[in-house]
Amino acid sequence: MADKKAPIFLARKSYQRRRLRDASRVLPIAGGIAFMIPLMWHGDDVTERGTSDAMMFVFGVWIVLVLLAALLVRPTREEDEGPTGGEKEQDVL
Amino acid sequence: MSFNLLIFVALLYAALLFVVAFIADQRAKLGRARWLGSPAIYTLSLSIYCTAWTFYGAVGNAARNGLEFVTIYLGPTLVMVGWWWFLRKLVWVGRAQRVTSIADLISSRFGKSTPLGVLVTVIAIIAATPYIALQLQSVVQSLAVFADSSGEAWGNSDLNRAALWVSIGLALFTILFGTRNLDANEKHHGIVTAIALEAIVKLCALVAVGVFVVWGMTGGVRDTLALIDASPISEWEQSGGRWAGLIFVSAAAFVCLPRMFQVMVVENEQESHLATASWAFPLYLLAMSLFVLPIAVVGLEVMPEGSNPDLFVLTLPLSASQEGLAVFSFLGGFSSATSMVIVATIALATMVSNHIVVPIWLSSQREGALMSGDVRSVVIGARRFSIVAVLVLGYLYFRTSGGGSALAAIGLVSFTGAIQVLPAIIGALFWRGATRVGASAGLTVGLAIWAWTLFLPSFGPNAIITESVMASGPFGIEWLRPQALFGIGGQDPLLHAVFWSMSLNALIFVIGSVFSFPTPLERLQGAQFVNVFENTGGARNWTPSAAASEDLLIMSQRLLGATEAQKVFQQAAEKQGKTGYLPDVTPEFIQQLERELAGSVGAATAHAMIGQLLPGASISVEDLMAVADEAAQIMEYSSRLEAKSREQERTARQLRQANEKLTALSVQKDAFLSQISHELRTPMTSIRAFSEILQDENADDAQRIRYAGIIHNETMRLTRLLDDLLDLSFLENGQVVLNKRRISLRKLLNQAISSAGINADGAGLKINRTPQDEDVSLTTDPDRLSQVFINLISNAAKYCGADAPELSSIVRNLGADLQIDFVDNGEGISVENQTMIFEKFSRLTDHRKAGGAGLGLAICREIMQRLDGSVSYLPGQGGAAFRVTVPLSDPE
Repeated sequence: MADKKAPIFLARKSYQRRRLRDASRVLPIAGGIAFMIPLMWHGDDVTERGTSDAMMFVFGVWIVLVLLAALLVRPTREEDEGPTGGEKEQDVL
Repeated sequence: MSFNLLIFVALLYAALLFVVAFIADQRAKLGRARWLGSPAIYTLSLSIYCTAWTFYGAVGNAARNGLEFVTIYLGPTLVMVGWWWFLRKLVWVGRAQRVTSIADLISSRFGKSTPLGVLVTVIAIIAATPYIALQLQSVVQSLAVFADSSGEAWGNSDLNRAALWVSIGLALFTILFGTRNLDANEKHHGIVTAIALEAIVKLCALVAVGVFVVWGMTGGVRDTLALIDASPISEWEQSGGRWAGLIFVSAAAFVCLPRMFQVMVVENEQESHLATASWAFPLYLLAMSLFVLPIAVVGLEVMPEGSNPDLFVLTLPLSASQEGLAVFSFLGGFSSATSMVIVATIALATMVSNHIVVPIWLSSQREGALMSGDVRSVVIGARRFSIVAVLVLGYLYFRTSGGGSALAAIGLVSFTGAIQVLPAIIGALFWRGATRVGASAGLTVGLAIWAWTLFLPSFGPNAIITESVMASGPFGIEWLRPQALFGIGGQDPLLHAVFWSMSLNALIFVIGSVFSFPTPLERLQGAQFVNVFENTGGARNWTPSAAASEDLLIMSQRLLGATEAQKVFQQAAEKQGKTGYLPDVTPEFIQQLERELAGSVGAATAHAMIGQLLPGASISVEDLMAVADEAAQIMEYSSRLEAKSREQERTARQLRQANEKLTALSVQKDAFLSQISHELRTPMTSIRAFSEILQDENADDAQRIRYAGIIHNETMRLTRLLDDLLDLSFLENGQVVLNKRRISLRKLLNQAISSAGINADGAGLKINRTPQDEDVSLTTDPDRLSQVFINLISNAAKYCGADAPELSSIVRNLGADLQIDFVDNGEGISVENQTMIFEKFSRLTDHRKAGGAGLGLAICREIMQRLDGSVSYLPGQGGAAFRVTVPLSDPE
């Protein structure tokens, strides 16, 4: 019964792998934006933020980026292919 | 702690590096060291990004500018995390094209151009020399710190002497392990292993100092944070432009620096290493930067005013009498400096020897590629010479600049120079339209602007550029002021230089590429670079020519060494199904050999050398066609298939129709034959019968005359029949020659009526004409058209069954055509017979009465077809009606 409810979809695994690849492509963009956030802390804010806050924030974003990158590496690369081996599904959607 | 002990420790450490490198090289040669090719080693080798500039300079930078130092590590972090965008392609291209350096990459992409390789090499040397000097400076400065602490104040000459010894040691190490072989893949296992070890040492040293500072000198994390908030750099006043700009510069430099390219692309073994490094290397950078700010803040707090913040990493442990830690820290700084210098020197030496020395040497050789002697020794010699030259340059820069300026400033100047190749690299990998002209122009402009706005001013006021030029521009041209190009001043000099050099570089690159035409080789290489994931097979660069396989072998042996070259040739021969060492000189083989050679001397030189042996070699149209997109090819192929299958369908349909027609024709022919035999037989029978009677002597004269008359009549009938058949056959085969001329319709009808034997008085058949409509003239064959009219009129005379037969001719002028209807007042023709009357031998009544063979209407139809008109039966006119349509003028 559960099988019947699932939508018909071929190559579910490789499809998901490609979506995770998309996610890993977004990662640097998201990271770049996040690293810019402290720049908005200028001004005579009441809750004044100092260098130590910026440091905590930057390193926090940094470690999150590392973790996400590490998490995304494995599932995006199921089969181990070197630059000589041909993985050709590159831009398949 | 005595200074000599420090020197001893340093020498011991250096010896350890030699031993490690030696062992790694030995094991790699035996193929017994799987760990050598592990992702961990790869990640650690990337750490040459963290030079002494990081180890010492980051703390200094943090002490001056606060958190800004971190941008230098955020850029590479983003590039690594985003490896799927850029680095992956770079590594693939590097492997597929056997690229040996960044100059080789650009030269290879833009048509294996030697001048472009030289240009990139020059940029790399200019940008890297200050950086190498910086490393020497950091080592001798750190030595001076220890000398100071042990009571020997170092003067300038001591510093210079130490720098010289360090340079000599580095040259020795690099030559020993960097030029052991001319390995096709340019892999240096020994060096990579040694720098991996150094990466661990420098990380541990910095972390150790950090841990000591945070937990040993301060009360832990909370106190450290409080100290940061209380320090002079507590206020968060980061300039957004510098923050974003430096992230960009460091990200770009991470891929453009020759030494980074060396470890990241040239030494890369497989893609999975890059995948691992994509998160592991950012982690390394994070660990390296984590304690920088605390060390800086504590240094500012503890150390006396005026002490050099660049050396806090050393001076802090020393001031706390932690000599062991200080020595460890010194080793960390030493590691950072040496690993950078070694790899940078190898990378630069490869570029210098492949793009400058070897081409010059080759062109100076009379014999060309078939020169005598071992080229390998020449190339290795060139490389050793280049290593020494690069280090000498660095040393001289150190001597002349005299040290002193802040480390970080030189680092950024150098970075900005190195990233001038960024537009060319991005264009090389992602834009098929990028051309050599554009790349050269962009690089030249970028180099010039960088030199004018940043590099030359960095030597200090009045060193090269005088203050008056800085203030009012060269020759008083205001808008050329080095730090206010186009009159837009008041910016941070670094950002100013980055902005103008990069934007104009990219702009000129694009404009130059758009308005120039690439050579065929550029287009081939462009397609191979940009579509590296699609066509790993690659297009062919050479067409076969008469180059002897043997000449190629002789040349390759001198480059690759006899054993290696023979192996390559033997394998190629085996692949072609031949035995021995001399394969056929196929395009595939040439390409493989060229790649093989490119791994040693670079693409441009390899191409040039093979080009000398294959004078007739050129790029064929097929090669250029192979450049076309794979996708486009597939689409074209499938559409061609589709067209073909449509065509086949059409052909099948036509064949079926033709077959049906043939079958019908065969039936028709049978019917025709049987009818014709019947038609011929009837008169023949009577002729035979009556001639037999004539032979009978009993017949009287009257009978004889009668019988002879019958025989004559029947013969006439046969002749008519045969005439008709001949006429029809001529018409059907298109053998009739039409004599077209202009004639009036009235005249034509008059002729026809009189020829049909109709009397003008109307006895027999009365003809009703409309004389006013007949006043038309037309261009046609009058004889043939009147033959049709005669036929129709005499048919009416024969078959109209009315008591008072009448025939009306109605003429209509339709503009282009003339329509003539012949309508009689008989019974007409029944519907089922209407389709048959134009067939041959169709006769509706007794044929004796008709006196014809039934070919008249068939002939009429054929004639009208020849005249581009038609004749058809017109039903519903009260009698038999035929419509003749004929064009008024000759269509031709």
